[in-house]
Amino acid sequence: MTDAAAPLARTGAPLAWARSLPLTGKLGLALVLLWLAVAALGPALAPHAVGAFVSPEVFARPGAAHWLGTDYLGRDVLSRLLSGARYTVGLALAAALLASGTGTALALLAAVGGRWLDEGLSRLMDTLISIPSKIFALVLVAAFGSSLPLLLLVAAVTYVPGAYRIARSMAVGLYQMDYVQVARARGEGRLYVARAEILPNMVGPLLADFGLRFVFIVLLLSGLSFLGLGVQPPDADLGSLVRENISGLPEGASAILAPALAIASLTVGANLLIDAVSGKGRR
Amino acid sequence: MAGTADMAAGTGGAATALRLVLKRLGAGLVTMLLVSAVVFTVSSLLPGDAAQETLGQSATPEAVAALRQQYGLDRPAPERYLRWLGGLAAGDPGRSLVANMPVAEVIAGRLPNSLLLAGLTAAVSVPLALLVGILSAMRQDSRLDRGLNIATLAMVALPEFLVATLAVLAFSVELRLLPSIAMVKAGAGWGETLRSLAMPVMTLSVVVVAQMARMTRAAVIAQLGQPYVEMARLKGLGPARVVFAHVLPNAVGPIVNAMALSLSYLLGGAIIVETIFNYPGLASLMVNAVASRDMPLLQACAMVFCGAYLLLVLAADVVAILANPRIRQG
Repeated sequence: MTDAAAPLARTGAPLAWARSLPLTGKLGLALVLLWLAVAALGPALAPHAVGAFVSPEVFARPGAAHWLGTDYLGRDVLSRLLSGARYTVGLALAAALLASGTGTALALLAAVGGRWLDEGLSRLMDTLISIPSKIFALVLVAAFGSSLPLLLLVAAVTYVPGAYRIARSMAVGLYQMDYVQVARARGEGRLYVARAEILPNMVGPLLADFGLRFVFIVLLLSGLSFLGLGVQPPDADLGSLVRENISGLPEGASAILAPALAIASLTVGANLLIDAVSGKGRR
Repeated sequence: MAGTADMAAGTGGAATALRLVLKRLGAGLVTMLLVSAVVFTVSSLLPGDAAQETLGQSATPEAVAALRQQYGLDRPAPERYLRWLGGLAAGDPGRSLVANMPVAEVIAGRLPNSLLLAGLTAAVSVPLALLVGILSAMRQDSRLDRGLNIATLAMVALPEFLVATLAVLAFSVELRLLPSIAMVKAGAGWGETLRSLAMPVMTLSVVVVAQMARMTRAAVIAQLGQPYVEMARLKGLGPARVVFAHVLPNAVGPIVNAMALSLSYLLGGAIIVETIFNYPGLASLMVNAVASRDMPLLQACAMVFCGAYLLLVLAADVVAILANPRIRQG
């Protein structure tokens, strides 16, 4: 189904493509679209200002006045969540783009750049990949600090090696194909071959890999924020919201459950979507 | 992982296996060395150093210079790296700046706790993951398989703090069964220790089991497509017999690899879980080291984690080599 639907999507029938997904894929797509929309429009939809103290009651239960209750300072949880999603989704999207883009570019270079470049890059990436990603991120945060641009960089650098490894194995395989060798033989430059002959044939799997990296980065950044090493106050992403309300845990406050569930719905949704889109071809 | 090309039957099976194992060991050591260079380089990139950090902004330049000399920070970076590496090899990775104790002592106090947590989680999650993975592979594309697939797919993407939060709400707030803080007391008996570790282990297991089960399923299914399996079926063997007597011995390599990769995930997952349950393990120590910019401690912790990861991968490779009958029997 997906195979037949992929060209449809390209010729401008995204609805037909969405309809062809299995139920879990539709659910995933809906969740991902929801969070993209929240990230884009969130602050405009928020009923209260992010930092406004709106209730004398802390950790209030969800009710008509505050749909998701209030937090440890009596602020509106829904408003904070709608604004926090922008950091979680935006940072992760940018970092995943940077990681996948850099990984792919380096992989293409390695594939067409000759043996020494390939050896050197692959050795470096193999080394970086043997450092567990959260540990690597912690070392980077300790060295660079955790302002927003640096967090973006940390998340991207952490996931470049994985992206490189996947892209390189595809690029090296494609480089051996007859049509690429023909292009080389007719005198095309290496960069042209990488861009015009190899890259277009890797797009599908690269997109699936990009989705996975996005999920990993959302989890990594929320984890860092949860530890107090990520997005710093007064800014708050969804992970920071969980952290700042941790004292509400014994009473089961919605202020801690809502942002944690929000992150889970985003990552689980993205995972279901990726599985539905790429799983068919694999199995 | 193990290259199949150089596995063609040699003369002495044991010798071939030994040579491959030694080769892996050597490669592991080289990687460890490179990793140490990366960790050292990244963590000493910043201009401000430990001496400045310890004395604060108001310190006189002379005081900073004196302390810098005492720490050996005035030496060029390659020399400091070699000295640090030598210290690591000798079991003395320097002094913690915040605790003002040898890093080795600080780590030695935390390491047993981390190993206990990791060991218990492995003991719970490995059998469970094998069960789920093999079951869903045997019933491939059945309703059970699809249900398990969606469940594990969702569980893989759950943030640990959500699982931990839900566990605390269920077991210590609502049911009042388990303590919400995982304290390990020195004189506590096994029963008490297990009770206080129940929730951290549960939380870690959720993600690890899901990952392991997915990879186990994939490994078994890859074998089920092989001609020898069809042969066994045509002989009239039942599905259980086919899986346990024929498929599993051949799938040991990939399965152990899956186990090692998932268990290495424990290293990262422990960071969140130890923090949320206040568990005095190595991961929370490392988080504190990041927060207080205690570089010697941070570097040592990072090396312990990387070493553990490489050991797991190495162990998986070795098991894969030993389990491969084409090498073992030569």
